[in-house]
Amino acid sequence: MNRADFVEGLRAGFPIALASAPFGALFGALAVEQGMSLSEVAFMSATVYAGASQLVGLELFGHHAQAWLIVLSILAVNFRHVLYSAAITRYIDHFTPVQKFFTFFLLVDPQFAETVKRGEAGKPVTFTWYLGCGIIVYIPWVLISVLGGMLGSFIGDPKAIGLDILLPTYFLGIVLGFRKRDNFLAVAVVSAVASIVAYHYVGSPWHVSLGAAAGIVLAALLPLPPQEPDLEADALQSDVHEV
Amino acid sequence: MDFDLHMVLVIAAAAVVTYGTRIGGYVLITRMKRIPPRMEAALNAVPAAVLTTLVAPTFFAGGWDTRLALIAALFVGLRTSHTWMLLAAWIVVMVWRHTIGA
Repeated sequence: MNRADFVEGLRAGFPIALASAPFGALFGALAVEQGMSLSEVAFMSATVYAGASQLVGLELFGHHAQAWLIVLSILAVNFRHVLYSAAITRYIDHFTPVQKFFTFFLLVDPQFAETVKRGEAGKPVTFTWYLGCGIIVYIPWVLISVLGGMLGSFIGDPKAIGLDILLPTYFLGIVLGFRKRDNFLAVAVVSAVASIVAYHYVGSPWHVSLGAAAGIVLAALLPLPPQEPDLEADALQSDVHEV
Repeated sequence: MDFDLHMVLVIAAAAVVTYGTRIGGYVLITRMKRIPPRMEAALNAVPAAVLTTLVAPTFFAGGWDTRLALIAALFVGLRTSHTWMLLAAWIVVMVWRHTIGA
């Protein structure tokens, strides 16, 4: 364990924890309102650990939807994670199997973005760093969702205190962080338009998968950048086997 | 401890499928011996493509408070960090909702 790496991970994760806290609280408050117990709130936050899909699941619990439909909807909302795990494999492939087990469990949107950012900057993505970044988001997420369930009615309308704007802003910030990449603007614009069209005509949560698919297919079809062997990155990769 | 069996089973199933999505891409990609360049280009587009879909409909479906806040955050974000973006968006939304939109 490298302490400096762990601290850097905590630093990377802290703003994520801050931005997601209102949604954890909101989830807890709404869940209790829907008739979930605090133990169930904790259980869901601790095992599913995926904010948007937890809120979707909750909505369907409220409508007494059939179990398979709830599970299928949660799968649809979380389907983007398949892409995340494929895209971070190059940075975390040196982890041990047990480390990988936890790595994938903690792979939420911002965790994915921070991992890619660090990997692309040429810094070693060690398990210690990853765990630091993940744990400071995970533990508050579970605790704050329970707290939200306990305080429930005190939170009131999240719009009145402007909490609803934080998560979209946070995601916007992540998108901006990738603006120097090849084809960034084309991919972002196509995904944005496709997701808005899908949101309008197909509905949530499918707009995420459909919009993302449009941008990804575009990137695959656009002319490839001239290939340069990335020796430096390879050398760095091979140096990071200690944890 | 207060658990309803049906609820617990649904949550557990949701957790399993979610974990499946989080490991699924890794399982698929490690089965492949070599990643073709077009696939690599596609994987490189994943963050911008997916995360954009989480923001764009909010902008589209939200009111002017949300739109202005996101625009403000966009300009702030071109120059500074995440934390300042959050603050800028939050200030715009609060000012709008408690003055013009109130």
